Amino acid sequence: MNLRRDPFQAIADPTRRAILLLVAAQSMTAGAIAANFDTARPTVSRHLQILTECDLLEQEQHGREIRYHLNPGKMKEIAEFLEPFRMMWEGRFSKLENVMKKFKNRK
Amino acid sequence: MEPKTKIAAEDGKQDLTITREFDLPVELLFRAYVEADLLEQWMGTKVLKLECKPHGGYRIETSDPQGNVIFQAHGVIHEFTPNRKITRTFEMDGAPFGVQLELLEFEALTGDTSKLRIHVVYESPGHRDQLLQMPFAYGLNMAHDTLQEIMEKLI
Repeated sequence: MNLRRDPFQAIADPTRRAILLLVAAQSMTAGAIAANFDTARPTVSRHLQILTECDLLEQEQHGREIRYHLNPGKMKEIAEFLEPFRMMWEGRFSKLENVMKKFKNRK
Repeated sequence: MEPKTKIAAEDGKQDLTITREFDLPVELLFRAYVEADLLEQWMGTKVLKLECKPHGGYRIETSDPQGNVIFQAHGVIHEFTPNRKITRTFEMDGAPFGVQLELLEFEALTGDTSKLRIHVVYESPGHRDQLLQMPFAYGLNMAHDTLQEIMEKLI
């Protein structure tokens, strides 16, 4: 299993999370992204590479520049991760509510 | 519409918080957790033992229609404050999820509504994520069945 292609692995790093927040507002070049961090430029490039491999970031060609922007579809996948677990509890809790309402009426 | 059950699971952490508001007085919500026959009805499991007191233990078991045991779990109760709080451990038998600490806080919102907050602490972030993925495997079917059952009653 290639862990680096896992979007959850991608967002496990605080710098990568900060990058995602940056490009959420607008597409940016690697240089403009790196300017927001104290870390060395190659480190930021490495993070961009991982985020791109995980499909969380997409590259677009703008003349001679390459800009990065967020891939909302993949971000949604992360949000959806919790959904089945929530549904499971929602099902249980709805049932609890039903059972107890009946119990109350019986008294 | 905002979902009723909210789950907060921060990335890389070994805990999560489930919150849900109920259209029930807090006393009734609490009873659903305390009385074996009520717990059996909404959890869809059999209660073998339920001692609601500090240092008490519990054991639950679910069988398929053929009578084969498919799920067993147990734990101990640390704190038991009626209508307020239950602190307990939970562990599934024969599953690789480890033991978890569950802090259940019950709160009255109005005379007829209440709120439940469950804070669950796992052995490690890995254990938590593994368990979160579990509904994909079989829990989701169960939840869907339950939902369907409830919806059928509404029709």
